[in-house]
Amino acid sequence: MTALPGPTPRKLGLAIDLDTCVGCNACVTACKGWNDQGYGAPLSDQNPYGSEPSGTFLNRVHSYEVLPADAPAQVVNFPRSCLHCEAAPCVTVCPTGASYKRAEDGIVLVNEDACIGCGLCAWACPYGARELDAAAGVMKKCTLCVDRIYNDNLPEEDRVPACVRTCPTGARHFGDYADPDSTVSRLSAERGGMELMPELGTMPVNRYLPPRKKGVEQASPLAPLLDIRAAGLAGWLDRVLSRI
Amino acid sequence: MHPAPSVILFTTLSGLGFGFLAFLGAGCLHPAGLTAFLLWGLGYALAIGGLLFSTFHLGNPQRAWRAFTQWRTSWLSREGWASVLTLLLLAPVALSDWLGLGWSGLPGVIGAAMCFVTIFTTSMIYAQLKTIPRWNHWVTPVLFLCFAGTGGAILAGKVALAVAACLVLAAVMVAGWQIGDRRFADVGATMESATGLGAIGKVRVFERGHTAGNYLLREMIFVVGRKHAARLRVIALVLTAVVPALMLLLAGPHPVAIALAALCHLAGAMAQRWLFFAEAEHVVGLYYGQR
Ligand code: SF4
Ligand code: SF4
Ligand code: SF4
Repeated sequence: MTALPGPTPRKLGLAIDLDTCVGCNACVTACKGWNDQGYGAPLSDQNPYGSEPSGTFLNRVHSYEVLPADAPAQVVNFPRSCLHCEAAPCVTVCPTGASYKRAEDGIVLVNEDACIGCGLCAWACPYGARELDAAAGVMKKCTLCVDRIYNDNLPEEDRVPACVRTCPTGARHFGDYADPDSTVSRLSAERGGMELMPELGTMPVNRYLPPRKKGVEQASPLAPLLDIRAAGLAGWLDRVLSRI
Repeated sequence: MHPAPSVILFTTLSGLGFGFLAFLGAGCLHPAGLTAFLLWGLGYALAIGGLLFSTFHLGNPQRAWRAFTQWRTSWLSREGWASVLTLLLLAPVALSDWLGLGWSGLPGVIGAAMCFVTIFTTSMIYAQLKTIPRWNHWVTPVLFLCFAGTGGAILAGKVALAVAACLVLAAVMVAGWQIGDRRFADVGATMESATGLGAIGKVRVFERGHTAGNYLLREMIFVVGRKHAARLRVIALVLTAVVPALMLLLAGPHPVAIALAALCHLAGAMAQRWLFFAEAEHVVGLYYGQR
């Protein structure tokens, strides 16, 4: 139902490491691959081989250039998927009860059989985490791979979201934020995990680990050698050439 | 936001319809016989027509009945209830006007009040969204209520009231634009807060997550056509308020003048509603460096 359940005993979510993400889009592909075949309507593509391809994705990777005041620009790759917010505005606006937040683990899901495709929940989400599927006419969003994480038919190591399992640099971590000793809680505490757009009051569960501070540019150890005064013929040439 | 024709027609037509029904319900007109049938018919046609247009916006309209289930939390659901209840409440009043049964009175007044409740719930669908700062302000419900009141007064041919309503509507529209233009900055969402990277420095888009369009860009990051905003604002002001007021002042409550004034007002309302969507910036645009 579209009333929020209040604090949930478990707060499942992701920690996304902006320091290690290399922007390879493996999580985008893995997410689309997994969520295309089991849970709900498939993630359709429109005109996939044409000039204007478009499709439904639950996870997308952006790249930003950040310009510090006193250092060269830095490129940061930025995966964007549902943050499974505690005060999820996408849930309360839903007129049909299709959008809901699970009381047991806080995962935000859509019951596609009840969704009328009004799109209001996508309007209410600040993070662009919901996309209306153009073929099925229902709202699609990250399920936190709910059909993997509790799936006893999968080997233990596969019982994590597809994006987490596939990431070659280990930039995505999955766990329970309600447990202060979980990997994600500890990572977030150590690295200063960030909430996105806190000013909108959504209380996201997912945290983003900021890029580590890069070392200041080292002066080259050869620098003193570069200032050698030329002597002899070279010195004479140097003096003559600098004068004309 | 993408100014979809279905939502523009929905909000303008049903706004005008419920506004007019309020005047009929409150007993401002005393129509009888065929006139009553036609006037009530017009009110119902506008209100129901608008509501039907809203279903064109849905991906699965065959399940629209489910939208009645979440009235406890959802303004869209409340809007569904309010509109159906209002139309049902006013039905006997309409019947009584038509057939001269003398049932109007209290039920009509309650129905009239419910018309404005319905308009309020419609406006709250937009005003509740924190993600669209321009809409997320009390001026949005005030604007929608003024539109309904003005449209209703024009159609009801109440000259003095309609002219006054036009003046108020114009003032509220201007205030709405003034307030709206500041809202995004007031809310304070920036590319830096959206990405959390502000502590390092100024953020710029290096590469989008995808090469062609997607649902988000089509639906929520509508930037084309804003360059005519200033001109459209003037057009909306002139058509919704200035011209109808002058028409009614000069020609009086003549049916032709009323019809022309109402049509002109409706055209202006559509221009205003187009702007209402086209100018509304969703914070998700920050991820694309576009607002
Ligand atoms: S990120 Fe968006 S879709 Fe996900 S819970 Fe938060 S508001 Fe809802
Ligand atoms: S699109 Fe579906 S899930 Fe979203 S608010 Fe509408 S009915 Fe609810
Ligand atoms: S948790 Fe699953 S659904 Fe969500 S982004 Fe990762 S792969 Fe996609």
